[in-house]
Amino acid sequence: MTAMIGVRRSFATPLNTALTMVVVSVVAVLAIPLARWAVLDATWSGTAQDCRAASGACWVFVGHKASFILFGLYPAAERWRPESALLALLGLIVMTGMPRCWNRWLPVAWAAGLATAWGLMRGVGGLPVVATQEWGGLPVTIMLTAVGLGLGFPLGVALALGRRSRYAVPRAIARTLVEVVRGVPLIAVLYLAVLVFPLALPPAITLDKLLLVQAAVALFASAYLAEAVRSGLQMVPQGRMDAASALGLGWWPAMRLVILPEALRIVIPSFISIAVGFFQDTSLIVIVGLFDLLNTARLAAQDPAWLGFSTEAFVFVGAIYFCGSALLSRYGRWLEHRMAAARRGSEATR
Amino acid sequence: MGLTVTTLWWLGHNAVASLERHGLSLGFGFLKQPANFAIGDTAWLSFSPENTVGRAILVGFLNTALISALGCVLAIALGFFVGVLRLSPNPAVGGLARAGVEVMRNTPLLLLLLLLAASLHGLPPAERALHPAPGVFLSDRGLILPEIRVSGLTVWLGAATLATVLLRRALGRLGWRVAAMAAVASVASLVVRPPVVGVARLDGFNFAGGTTLSPEFAALLAALVLHQSAHISEVVRGAIVAVPRGQRDAARALGLSRFQVLRLVTVPLALRAMVPLLATNCVSLIKNSSLAVAVGFPDVVSVLNTVGNQTGHNLETMLMMMVLYLSLSFAVAGALNRYNTALLARGAPAR
Repeated sequence: MTAMIGVRRSFATPLNTALTMVVVSVVAVLAIPLARWAVLDATWSGTAQDCRAASGACWVFVGHKASFILFGLYPAAERWRPESALLALLGLIVMTGMPRCWNRWLPVAWAAGLATAWGLMRGVGGLPVVATQEWGGLPVTIMLTAVGLGLGFPLGVALALGRRSRYAVPRAIARTLVEVVRGVPLIAVLYLAVLVFPLALPPAITLDKLLLVQAAVALFASAYLAEAVRSGLQMVPQGRMDAASALGLGWWPAMRLVILPEALRIVIPSFISIAVGFFQDTSLIVIVGLFDLLNTARLAAQDPAWLGFSTEAFVFVGAIYFCGSALLSRYGRWLEHRMAAARRGSEATR
Repeated sequence: MGLTVTTLWWLGHNAVASLERHGLSLGFGFLKQPANFAIGDTAWLSFSPENTVGRAILVGFLNTALISALGCVLAIALGFFVGVLRLSPNPAVGGLARAGVEVMRNTPLLLLLLLLAASLHGLPPAERALHPAPGVFLSDRGLILPEIRVSGLTVWLGAATLATVLLRRALGRLGWRVAAMAAVASVASLVVRPPVVGVARLDGFNFAGGTTLSPEFAALLAALVLHQSAHISEVVRGAIVAVPRGQRDAARALGLSRFQVLRLVTVPLALRAMVPLLATNCVSLIKNSSLAVAVGFPDVVSVLNTVGNQTGHNLETMLMMMVLYLSLSFAVAGALNRYNTALLARGAPAR
């Protein structure tokens, strides 16, 4: 039905008809070669030679390299470990998405889940140890995003509270940190963490590169989350604090029980868009030489036996990024609608 | 407080100790040393490996400035176009624009950049270059465009026009008149000394004439513009949608034509809401231009990184990088604050 209305609107006036024809021809000019490349002339089975003989996409290459792109240099015999770690992480993320699970057990579940994932990847309790240099692909991307946001969140809340503190010193520290981190590109923060920060440690301590990058991502996330939390805090009416004080609550209990729950609820949509941004931005760790999803795709395309199929590799990981980001955005919109409905409901009963 | 100071002191102490261990000293003396590396793309300034490190950084900075300026202008132009398309009542037009925006918003910029760089390097060599439009060639040498050379006179008059526009307050009531005269003079100079259009042609294995954008530059510019324009189109769409319907209805009731309503009511109101977001989008484009490192375009981050690795002065180069980007961000933030104050003074719409 809506389709019919759409079609009718597309041809409502001569101008609209002309515009529709232009769009249809543009789509045709773009889509026909694309469809030929991706489907009709593509190679779905065979070898690199078959691919070179055909003019279309080489999906054989993606099929052949999918495991490498998804899990990087992780030893092939131990692939079940990153696979189960990935499942654990995805399970945690799905759980975090359900408002029903938003209680005090969620951080506990995260701590347990992350410890399990890390133990599986790294190898504890008799499993062969796999160094973080060999970790790669989707588990690294998801772990950097989830842990970065997870650790960045409490730090971000602390920074937001610091910026609104009565005392000058915490205010200055929080403000400097947030403004500096938000003012420079992520690449600068990554370089700082990998190249400069180790200089500032005593020679006895050497930190893992992945750990440093994870800390940098968390710091970067915390600055952006802090700004979101701060705008949420500003939107909580002053009367709430007054009411809490009148009930005899001190500053901390009032914050914890009254102000923060309300402020955080307001800014959940911005959290989601920050999360989408970070999911994509973790790809920048390519530049400091770690193997996230994008870098494994790039490496796969540099295999001498399969040269010339980088587009296919990028399209494959692009599809993964697209699905992840689109799902997350869609979830954000769902949550926003749900919260708006709940607010209308509570106002109606008031 | 005490803890912070102690931690900072401890980190600083360690840093000095490890510098000593590597036989390095702090200081910016290395800027005067010869660079000993080549830079592929240079804008305005020439550069050779014998030149100083300082000049190398300046060349990198100019590259960042060039790609950022071009990128911001093109991204805003494309973003406006796509944002307006998305508001089209025609579902085919709106749908196409939306599909493009969704793809750009849901994939990482670096992915697009690597994909474009790989495709540009995979293009045929110069003698079999793609030739999509007159004077435009696409080959593994990059993107070759026609070149428009204007006379020196026009450049000076154009600069004078810009200066008078910027300084119109200082010139008082005469400001606009002087600016208009300068503008007329620069247009007149175009007639007196017409600009020369240089079209590239194939000469042996390379092109002669025209301007060449290296594959790295073209890929980075295209990726930045495509990615940021998707975000800008959302800003534009949001700002236009946010103009209250009553404003437009009132203008129509006063007898203004549809185009007049757009020009006198919708666009000015939407622009006010848009400007701060456009500025933050430009800042993020400038910060994203640091992805140049990934494709080997010598922007300021890439040059500073090379210098840091070669001389071991990572601390100083990182400091320069941070100061550079921070001063930019603060300058934009300050300008925005002034803009908002000015807007309030002129009577912004009540919220």
